[in-house]
Amino acid sequence: MIYQRYLGGAAIAACIMGTAAAAQTELTMWYHGAGNDVEIQLVNQIITDFNASQTDWVVTIESFPQIAYNDSVVAAALAGNLPDILDVDGPVMPNWAWAGYMQPLPIDESVIADFLPGTKGYWNGELYSIGLWDAAVALVTRQSTLDALGLRTPTLAEPWSMAEFMAALDAAKASGNYEYAFDPGLAWTGEWYPYAFSPFLQSFGGDLVDRATYQTAEGVLNGEAAMGFGEWWQGLFVNGYSPGVSQDPADRDNGFIEGRYAFSWNGNWAALGALAAFDDTVFLPAPDFGNGPTIGAASWQFGISASSEYPEGAAAFIEFALQDEYLAAFSNGIGLIPATPSAAAMTENYAEGGPMAVFFELSAQQALVRPVTPGYVVAAKVFEKALADIANGADVADTLDAAVDEINSDIAANAGYGHN
Amino acid sequence: MATSTRLTRSNAAGWAFVLPGFGLMAIFVILPFVFAIALSFTNQRLISPNPTQFVGLTNYQELLGLGMITLDSERDDAGQILRDDAGAAQFPRLRDYTRNNPEFPQINGMREWLSWGNDDRRTYLLARDVVFMKAIVNTVLFVLVVAPVQAGLALCLALLINQRLRGINIYRAIYFMPVVVSIVVVSLLWRFIYDGNDGLLNTLLNGLTFGAFQGRDWLGSAATALPAIMVMSIWQAVGFHMVIWLSGLQTISPTLYEAADIEGASKWQTFRYVTWPGLRNTAVLILIVITMQAFALFAQIDVMTNGGPLDSTQTIVFQAVDRGYGKQDISGGSAISVILFVIVLSISLIQRYLTRDRT
Amino acid sequence: MAAITGDNHRLRLVVRYAVLTLIAVIFIFPLVFMVMSSLKPDQQLLADTGSLRAFLPVGDIGLDNYREAFARAPVGLFVFNSMLVTAVTVVLSLLICSLAAFSFVFLTWTGRGVILSIILATLIVPFETIAIPLLLIASKLPWIGAEGLTFGWLNSYRVQIVPFIADGLTIFLFVQYFRDLPGELIEAARVEGATWMQIYTRIVMPLSGPVVATAAILKFLVMYNQYLWPLMVVQQESYRPVMVGLQYFFQLNIAWGEVMAYLSLITVPVLAFYLVLQRAFIASIASTGVKG
Repeated sequence: MIYQRYLGGAAIAACIMGTAAAAQTELTMWYHGAGNDVEIQLVNQIITDFNASQTDWVVTIESFPQIAYNDSVVAAALAGNLPDILDVDGPVMPNWAWAGYMQPLPIDESVIADFLPGTKGYWNGELYSIGLWDAAVALVTRQSTLDALGLRTPTLAEPWSMAEFMAALDAAKASGNYEYAFDPGLAWTGEWYPYAFSPFLQSFGGDLVDRATYQTAEGVLNGEAAMGFGEWWQGLFVNGYSPGVSQDPADRDNGFIEGRYAFSWNGNWAALGALAAFDDTVFLPAPDFGNGPTIGAASWQFGISASSEYPEGAAAFIEFALQDEYLAAFSNGIGLIPATPSAAAMTENYAEGGPMAVFFELSAQQALVRPVTPGYVVAAKVFEKALADIANGADVADTLDAAVDEINSDIAANAGYGHN
Repeated sequence: MATSTRLTRSNAAGWAFVLPGFGLMAIFVILPFVFAIALSFTNQRLISPNPTQFVGLTNYQELLGLGMITLDSERDDAGQILRDDAGAAQFPRLRDYTRNNPEFPQINGMREWLSWGNDDRRTYLLARDVVFMKAIVNTVLFVLVVAPVQAGLALCLALLINQRLRGINIYRAIYFMPVVVSIVVVSLLWRFIYDGNDGLLNTLLNGLTFGAFQGRDWLGSAATALPAIMVMSIWQAVGFHMVIWLSGLQTISPTLYEAADIEGASKWQTFRYVTWPGLRNTAVLILIVITMQAFALFAQIDVMTNGGPLDSTQTIVFQAVDRGYGKQDISGGSAISVILFVIVLSISLIQRYLTRDRT
Repeated sequence: MAAITGDNHRLRLVVRYAVLTLIAVIFIFPLVFMVMSSLKPDQQLLADTGSLRAFLPVGDIGLDNYREAFARAPVGLFVFNSMLVTAVTVVLSLLICSLAAFSFVFLTWTGRGVILSIILATLIVPFETIAIPLLLIASKLPWIGAEGLTFGWLNSYRVQIVPFIADGLTIFLFVQYFRDLPGELIEAARVEGATWMQIYTRIVMPLSGPVVATAAILKFLVMYNQYLWPLMVVQQESYRPVMVGLQYFFQLNIAWGEVMAYLSLITVPVLAFYLVLQRAFIASIASTGVKG
């Protein structure tokens, strides 16, 4: 009896001391935002609030620079050194889930019921990751530009057709006021290319890979529709509408604001800058190239690593982070679309009538996620190279054929990537 | 190297001195490399739940596979050669032969690398991995140009610096400075310089030619991208080899120079008969080091051009990294590295044979 | 007569300095560009790149970029990490590689040729090839430290140091240099009964100033500029070196001024190291005169 009371007293004392490891389990978390003050502050705020709100778990964070993040995670996985909570880019998640890096998220479906579809990461029917925001792309220009060139303002219900879009570019080019009519942003090499430009391909009727089986790209990436896309894409550069692959990154960042580009294809993370520069900035929906207008979706999401011993703790943290106030805070800070309509109503930019509210609609109506397959990692790289080569003047048919061959042999080399 | 005599022979001391160095290398360089060679014979992926299988030479076949096909030009019903708008003879599209054509299974999936011929018929050299072939060609081209030019320039600079002038040390320090800066940093800076719109190089050339030279997109054009990288690489590394030549120059005894001077030798004769022979060992060292470093061309490409435009700056190591890390095919990346190893080993063996002591 | 030769001499001197200076400009201008750009705000920086203004400290110059660079990333920590790793590796490397080279050149023993050939062959192996297998090895290696026996070297200084202590290039540099040293000195010492260690420390190493400087500088550069390996083996910010830290500055809207400031900051230690070394070693050799 005395023994038990002694132990009881010691246990109480330990709890009162608080920071001792006995009561609280540490959860490690990796985030991709090192060097980005705003994101780091926001994430740290969530962590501090979570740690203070309960006594079971303590979350500690390690930040990585975004460019190096994926490589760091892969290397750590090889060495068996992953954290509990992981940050993953939406289209990459199937690859990591398939490789066994991540385990399914044990959170209630009702919690994420009204989240934008692009923020939910499903693989093999299970939820693996959930995002606090979504990202969208739009055609950025100024109302005064549209007026000066005598163009109809496209709406979500009636976007520009391909003919109208090219007519707009022709008008911008003919006016002589702009260095280039249209800036797709080829200076941003990496994931931007498939994210921003595969929607054009999809709008023509092609795709990166056949989404029925995910086993081949033959016919979708080098069929008639894709050839049409390729010819159009090459035309942008050959005919002088757009700056090419050697575009300076500084020009990409500032070109539209400096008035050198009439239209810019840009994501809403850069929109804040455009909004600040002009008072008549408008975000137009994507043109419809024949198969419906499309933009990309899915951005960074949180998930749990497979080696984590405390999935319930990690899930508790992730659920905590999904509260509207944090969604709104992120949106206000980095300009991205908050994941729920209720959070949107709390933000400056996405509330009803806000300057970027149109992105919410765009995302809801036009967004198509990148192919949900572990093979996406390779397909994205292959597609990026194909786009760059075509932009540089390579033969469209041969380039797309080569891309298809490479994607197909990669799928075969990986035994179908777990789809069959 | 010491020849074996009673005075020099000592197994115990010999091994004892070498063991720390060789032991470390064995664990951290040789062992991983053997591992990598083994990987190249499997289908190991960087991350994958699929079990690894032994596939023998498949990776090498996919990298190095070649094929040939000869095609006749297209003719109309009368037997005249069909020509396109530019007047060139038209040939059937290779796609029809290399893709899903059951009559030509051995060239299925290959792409055109080179072709030659006349209006009647052309022969096409096909490769299974055209990008890798171009990478090999670019890398060899890079080495062939950079090695002699860099070594020669470094020697000229060393001779220039090796004079007793006041403040010569400052100049030597300045010439060495680019070496000190990381190649990544240098690539970033030179990207500004090579910029097609308002880069420093274009501005400079424009100024020097009084406006006649309009400016080119150095990194964006397939013809100038690799030369631009060559110039930048030479600029960065020549200071280092200058210092090596210098230390070699300074081991040449001053009395030899005095003797030559007394005999009235000209500058060129002094160089040829006094300086150059004394630099033999240094020359061998420099040539081998430059060649090895040139074959490892990677960082500049990664920062500046990503292998483009149109594969004109693809290099072997860049392909190895792109395939191994970017496309998660670590076995393919290892196979490329083994191929690189074999190429460079052959070349350095040839180099050592050609520069061996003929005594 | 004296006046004519005096003028001639001065003219030739001027020409020499002119040539030297012209070449110096070619070698230094990107660095000047980097430092000048680090002092300017981003807008002006980008606007100036098209003209000679890029090299001049004109316009709105100040140290704001430096301040912001320190705010964005723990620059001091990164420089410290890099310096620590680099210094330890360089010192150990000079010691161990020169010992090995000494053995190859001055001693004869069974297997000498084979081992040397293997080591030289490793010169050809680019690091990217062995990075992944090395990662797997490093994650399993044992270590006896404060907590006793642990496995796995990740997230430490030793994982950034130990794999690079011995390398083929340093050994090769020493071998080529030792081959040029006068063999008679060594023979004489052996005849007098000196041990190999005594010959190494008293005769060979004191004569090796230039090669020690060259090898030290080269090793310093390689270690200081490492990117791929630290990226793979270090996940905690406290161990990160400068080149990984550079990625902190490449966000979606690149603050080029801060990038230039950071680059200038991390170049300073290397420059300092080189300047100190070249005075201490290379200058000394010119005066002592090894040969003859």
